[in-house]
This record gives sequence, structure tokens and C-alpha cells, in this order.
Amino acid sequence: MISDRLRSLIRKEFIQIARDPRTLYITFAIPVIQLFLLGYTATTDVRNVPLVVFDQDRSPTSRRLVDAYRAADYFRLAYDVGSEKELRELIDRGDARAGLLIPPDYSERVLEGEQVAVAFVLDGSDPNVASTTLAAAELIGKAHSTDLMVERLMRQGLAEAFDPPLEVRIRVWYNPDMESAFFMVPALIGMILQLLTSMLTATAIVRERERGTIEQLIVTPIRSWELIVGKLTPYVLIAFFDMLEVLVVGTFWFGVPIRGSLGLLLALSALFLTGSLGIGLFISTMAKTQQEAIMLVYFTMLPTIFLSGFFFPLAAMPPVLQAISYLIPLRYFLIIIRSVLLKGVGASSLQQEIIALAIFGLVMMTAAALRFRKRLD
Amino acid sequence: MAEPAVWTRDLTKRFGDFTAVDRVSFEVRAGEIVGYLGPNGSGKTTTIRMLLGLLRPSAGEASVLGYDVRRETERIRARVGYMSQKFALYDELSAWENLTFYAGVYGVKDTAALQRAVDLVGLAQVKDERAAALPIGWRQRLALATAIVHRPTLLILDEPTSGVDPVARRAFWDLIYALADEGVTAFVTTHYMDEAEYCNRVGVMRRGRLLAMDTPTALKRMALPGLAWDVRAEPLLEALEVLEGAPGVLRAGLAGDHLRAITSRGVRASDLRRALRGRGLQVRLVAKVEPTLEDVFLALAAD
Amino acid sequence: MALIEAENLTKSFGNVLAVDGLSLHVEGGEIYALVGPDGAGKTTTMRLLCGAMEPDQGRVRLAGYDLAREPDRARNELGYLPQRFSLYGELTVLENLRFFAEVRGLPRDQWLPRSKEILEFVGLAEFVDRRAEALSGGMKQKLGLAAALVHHPRVLLLDEPTGGVDPVTRQGFWQLVIRLLRQGVAVVISTPYMDEASRCTRVGFMNAGRLLMEGTPTEIASRLAGRVLAVTGSPWRVLEQIARQDPEVEDVRAFGDRLHLRLRPGSGRRVARRLRRAARRAGADLEGVRAVDPGLADVFLAALEGVPDG
Repeated sequence: MISDRLRSLIRKEFIQIARDPRTLYITFAIPVIQLFLLGYTATTDVRNVPLVVFDQDRSPTSRRLVDAYRAADYFRLAYDVGSEKELRELIDRGDARAGLLIPPDYSERVLEGEQVAVAFVLDGSDPNVASTTLAAAELIGKAHSTDLMVERLMRQGLAEAFDPPLEVRIRVWYNPDMESAFFMVPALIGMILQLLTSMLTATAIVRERERGTIEQLIVTPIRSWELIVGKLTPYVLIAFFDMLEVLVVGTFWFGVPIRGSLGLLLALSALFLTGSLGIGLFISTMAKTQQEAIMLVYFTMLPTIFLSGFFFPLAAMPPVLQAISYLIPLRYFLIIIRSVLLKGVGASSLQQEIIALAIFGLVMMTAAALRFRKRLD
Repeated sequence: MAEPAVWTRDLTKRFGDFTAVDRVSFEVRAGEIVGYLGPNGSGKTTTIRMLLGLLRPSAGEASVLGYDVRRETERIRARVGYMSQKFALYDELSAWENLTFYAGVYGVKDTAALQRAVDLVGLAQVKDERAAALPIGWRQRLALATAIVHRPTLLILDEPTSGVDPVARRAFWDLIYALADEGVTAFVTTHYMDEAEYCNRVGVMRRGRLLAMDTPTALKRMALPGLAWDVRAEPLLEALEVLEGAPGVLRAGLAGDHLRAITSRGVRASDLRRALRGRGLQVRLVAKVEPTLEDVFLALAAD
Repeated sequence: MALIEAENLTKSFGNVLAVDGLSLHVEGGEIYALVGPDGAGKTTTMRLLCGAMEPDQGRVRLAGYDLAREPDRARNELGYLPQRFSLYGELTVLENLRFFAEVRGLPRDQWLPRSKEILEFVGLAEFVDRRAEALSGGMKQKLGLAAALVHHPRVLLLDEPTGGVDPVTRQGFWQLVIRLLRQGVAVVISTPYMDEASRCTRVGFMNAGRLLMEGTPTEIASRLAGRVLAVTGSPWRVLEQIARQDPEVEDVRAFGDRLHLRLRPGSGRRVARRLRRAARRAGADLEGVRAVDPGLADVFLAALEGVPDG
């Protein structure tokens, strides 16, 4: 049941929001801009690594090896050089990130059936790229080597008898093309939900304090909870709107699938929001100016972004940080939203995360409500 | 009217080592307009905030409309109209929207009550303008209107005329009198010495202490230790110097084109003339005048 | 010679004529108050006088220097204390003063002796090392004044200098201003306070960008001489009604414990007689009727209502 007082408060809040269209536009524009930026820039996919080749053999056999590298879109044949020195220079300058050195007797020895060593040089300055490139280079090299062996056996008439003893078929689930956007869009929804709600609620309440209107509100018969709910409701709606916006752009532009139940996702988002609102409310009880409130919100966002598994896998972090990450609500929500969107799982597989979020929301809200008194001292 | 609208006994508020309000005791009778006069930082706002339960008293007691300020805060708030120093208006909202907002918060549904408030303060012509666009005189009236939508019996106004020009101030006091006619009690703080003259009784605050509270006339009679004089003499600034050193003169100051002096009671006009002539100054006028509340304030502050 | 000479100053913002043909002359040793309601053009006038704004028409001369033609010389003669003067809270009293002195172009070897002298003058000498944020309101104001005076100006402009200040502090501030007047400085203050204006040697009342009237406080008050009656008694609501019905009462103003009536010129005795009679008939108790000196506020309110002088 909504009391008249509460309705008044919510109506006022909406008028204020509507009369400040610039802030509203920014509120709706930021998530989409962030989505595009992160979707395209924060990609950990490795594609089109510039490759320099120093082919000392220059035979059809060696060209087949180069073609094998070129065929996968991991590499782009950028340079074909005539000396090891040139190859080194290109990699030093960063013009090429990988180099392939084929020895002069390559074709001869392959046809002889001997083992040949081919050198693959890699620029390791960006470890993320390097590790993926290395794996790709190895894979391509091994595949080509298998091809060559099969051909050799066929030439000896043994092909019929030959069947490789083991074939590893890698299948990537949930995100078969390993698109970063699939990973980023759900994470971004979580981050936006938290950032927007905590920022908007904190500043909206602190603004009343700055302007002196909170004092007037306190002396009215309005109840604390009404004041809190009235201030929060509009921002919850805005946050949900933003979330749908990101979801729509993520689905239609980046092709992120929604495999699970949208209803479940919205319900769990609401649960996650109680925590974020609690953070915003709590900050509003501490900050005296909007500027201070914004700084405090950023302060909470830093650990949230780095320790939630947003960019960096938690499993690779030192144990202390991993332990801290259990206190970060976004950590749980990321698991939830990635699972629901990409894996299509139901609530039963997410019980732990749901309980964690519920506890966090409850604690945060209670702490904030206790601090939020209808008094000035 | 047996019960006073407000009473306090030794009301005290400390912030750390600083005593903002120091053992203040007073009464506001129902139907009175009581002024609370003092410079910025003298404890006026802190007193009001304790009355409204916005701050918890460190010591002492206070009751508003018969309710205890510590325990029955919400009952007080529902019955009191409060206008804070900053004029608590939402800039993005129109005048009317501000009013309906506060009415809603007070649970007033009847638009006739809103219309009444609008008519009383004469807001009709600016009803649909954004609060941000209103000149300060109108903002002040709007703030008053929002404070009376729920028909409070006690109005607490914290520096309602601060920054408002003399013409708008005069009009504002006419509104307060109109409300008083309807039986509303008003407790008004101000730092304008001349404004306190509008009140039935005036309390004089300085550095957290309530120095005196009485009618303006009685304050002038009782609080001033001596006599007030207007003195005209040439050259003026030299005359000021002479007066400052003359026997019996407690205080002398520039009052535009003449001087104003406060002397002890025994001093006569001829004493002042003699002192000035003795230094070769031309004396045009020495006249006994009515003291102002500022004279009273300075006299009380000196103790 | 007038240290401040403003001729026919005009300034408009869009369609709004903020200052309309204003002329002002203030001599050394004079303190001139600009009073008037909100939006009368006081602040714009002050800004035109200090050169923070350029007039559409007219000119300003400070100590003989034309503000438009010789701005550096004119400004060198000018001290200005804005309403919210900017002190740096994190800096000490002396550091603040040094900053303002250096901004004013005082050479290295002069700022320190001059700062000490001026701090002595305003009574802040013992607080040189205190941070500005730790000063009381009155002390901040004195520091503001010191900053405005650090380069020995002969013209001082004060924009609403003592709003809300403790009267005891205000008293001290005025003592300083009087000493400046003795040194021959010309001072202009803008203020919404009538009691502040009434302390000045001359008062100009502004409305809608124009000077409505100008004169010494006594001259201005004499315009309503004999035309203000103070009435005491009870019940005062009845007395108020009686007064309002009198044909020769122009205005009734309620104060806490008395009424002030503004009368038509020369009607004092008649009105007093009629009031006594009417009060008796109404059964009201008329304690006293006496003529009081009109205040500046009385005159200005009358002027705004367009009442002719008598």
C-alpha cells in the first residue's frame, strides 16, 4: 500500500528528474557508450596478429607452412623479409608481433622424413596477447605437422592402416566463438546497475541536504522509511530501464544470447539492487556535499570492478584478494547474470550466490536505515 | 490560554567543547509574536532545531504545544509550521508543485487549503513559475505558504527575511500579522535589529546566552544603563573624538551626518555642549532621543 | 575634489535597464550609502564603479583617473570589498594578505611592512599566523578590509559589509571606517539595512536603476517631519482599524507594541484628536499618541508608493 505522503514524494522526485533532462540523457547514454567502448576495446580476443616471415627455403613446402599460419585468422602476414636482422627490427619496433623463421633446408628435410625445427618468435610484452598467440602458434604448427605425417604415410601406402590414436576435439561451450562481448555485456549490466543506483541515490539525498530541503522534510510527519523508499523508487526504475537498454543493445548488436529466464534475471537484479541502494543510502548519510558523495561512490566502485571478476579472473588472484572478493556483491551477481544469460541455468544452480546477495542487501539496508535518522545531529 | 506554546528551561546544546546554546529559559504564550534577536552564530538556529527535534538537547527541558521535544517529536512536527533559513524549495518545481508536494507530505488533500495559502501570501500570479525563477521576495512568500499548508497553530521562522529587501520585508511582516489574527503563534529569529521592533516581545541572544526577553519598549527602558543623545557638531569626526573621551559618555558613534552617544543617567545636555565647545567645536544640536534596539543590544552585550 | 565621480552611468542586460542615468559624487572623508530594494541596481552600480563591468554609457573617474582610459591608475586608487570576498581558508592571515598585496603589484620589499601596518590598523596583528578559516566572522571581515586596503587606496567600495554581524563587531568595523574617513578616503557602501544607511554621511535611495533621492539622513528624514505618529494602547486591532479609517492617515504600520501612522502633511493635531474621540466611542484604550522622528525606512517606503513630499 502506498501512502499519500509516499506518492507525493515519488511524484516530486519524478518531476525533478524530468525537469533536468540533461542528467537524464546522460543517465541513459552512458551505459550504451560504455557498452560499445568495452565491447570493442576491452577485447581479449586475439586476431590479425602481424606476422613477419623469414623464409630461407622458399619452396612450395615452406609456402604451405606459411599458408597454414595465414589460414587461421589469428595471424596476418604483414612482412616477408630476407634476413634475420630485418625480422628482429620489425618485432623490436612493434610493427610485427610474431616472427616465423624457416630454415634453408626445410623442404629437403621434410621430404626426407626428418624432424625439422622451425623457429617462432613472439613479442611477450602484452602477456594476454602473447599467451593466446603462443597457443595458436603451437596448435597450427602441430596440426600442420600431423598433416605432413599423414601425407608421408600415404606416400608409403600405409594410409589405410593409419588412424590417429587420439583426436582431441575442443568445443567451447556457452561462448563458442569466445567473443568478448558475451563476457562483457552481462558484466557491464551488473556494473551499471550498481554504479548508477548508488551514485543517483547518494547524490539525490545529499542534494536535499545541500539545498537545505532535507531539514524541511524532516519536520514534516513523513516517516523515515517513506523518505527512503520515496527517494529510491525513481532511481530503481531508472536503473532497470538502463539494464534493459544494455540488454537490448547487447542482444541485437553484439548478439549476446538470453538463454535463461528473463523474469529470473530481473528478480535477481532487484535483489542485487537492494545492496547497491543500501550503499548509496549509506554514503548519503556520511557525505555533506554531492562532490563528497561522488568520490565515495567511486571509492566503492574500485574494488568492485577489480575484485568482482569483471575484467580479471578471480582464480588468478592472490588468496587475500580472493578472500576480500567474497565481500563484493558484484562478484555474485556476475556469476548469476553470466549464468542466466549465457548458460540459461535456473535459480537452483545459483543458490549460494542468491543467499550471499540477500545477506549483503539486508545488512547494507539495515546499516543505512539505522544511520538515516530524522535528525540533524 | 493556560498552556504556553513554547517553554524551555535551561535548554543547552553543546557541540564538543563549544556551547552553542547555554541554559536558555523562556516562554512563548499562545497568540504572541516573539522575536529571537541575535547576530549570526549566536545560537538562534540551534535553539529552533532543538524545539523541532532536529537536534537533541544536551541538557535542560523544552516543550512545544505541550509536547516534550525529546520524546514527542513527531507530534510537534505535525502541528508546527517551519520555515528554515534557506527557504526549502525545489527549484525544478513550480510554485504550485512545491505547495502540492508539501501538502501531500503533510497529508493535506484538500486543494481549497492550498488555494487559501496561495491567496493569503498572494502567490496567484506566479503559481506556475519555477521556484528557481522567482525573485527572493517571492521565494520567501512561497516558503511561508509551504509552511502553512497544514494549518499549524505555531509558526517557527528561522531568519525568514534574511537577504530580503526592506519593502518585501515589510510586506512579509504584514503576512505574519494576518496569520496572528487567525490565532497563530509565531516565533521568529532575526539578526535585523530594526526588525525586532515588529514583535510583541523580543529575546536578545548573544554567544548562546539569552540576555533578556521583553517588549521592545520595556527593553529600551530597562536594559539601557543611561541616556541616548543625538549630537550635531562641526567638524564631525573631531567631535566624535571629543565625545568618546568626555566624562559620563559610555559610547559614541557616527550616525550619518551627526553623532549618537549613550551616557550615564546623570549627564545633561549642557555637559556635552561644554565638553565640545571646550575643544573649539561648533555645536549645533544636543538632543535626548529614543534608544534603538541596537543600543539595547550593545548595552546588554557589554555586561 | 570628489574622489568618486560617476556621470550618467547606464547599463542594461538585454531588455532590462539595470542602471539608468545614474550620477554620483563622493568626496574624501564622506561615506555614501546606496540603499534600495532587491534588483534596484545597487550591485550593478558597485560593479560599474569598480570597473568589473563596463557601462553602456557614462563614465567613472576615481581620484581623477578615468576608469575607461586609465584603468590601471584608477584601479590603483581603488579598494573593493565584495559581499563574499574570497579569502583562502588554508592560508594564514599574513599569507592571504601577501597574496592580495602581490596581486596588487606591491613590490617585494614593501608588502611585508605594509601588511604589518594594515593588520595593526584592523587589529589583527596578533593573528598573523592563524589560518583564515579559523578566524571568527568579524575577524574575517577585518581581514577582507585589510586586503582591500593593502595598497593605500583613496577610494573604498564596500558591498553589503556587515550583514548578520554581531553589533559589537559591527561597532568595531565602523570605528575602522571612521578612521579611514579621517584620512580622507571616500567610501561607498551598498546595503539593504536602513540602520546601516542611517550611519552614513549621505544616502542615495535606488529603485529600478535610478537614484530616487539623495541627501544626508537628516535631510531625507525631514521630508516626512511631523508626519509620523506612534500610537500605543489596546486592543491594538481596534486601534488599527480606527486609524485606517481616518481620512488623513495614509498608511498604518503595525509594530510589536505600537502602530506607526503616516499622515497627510500638517494634519498631526487633527488626526490625534479624531483618534482619541474614535477610540473612546469604540471602548478602546488609547494610551499614547505622539509624533516620532521618521526613519529612513518610512521615507523610502513612502517614496516607493509615490507619495509626494510635504
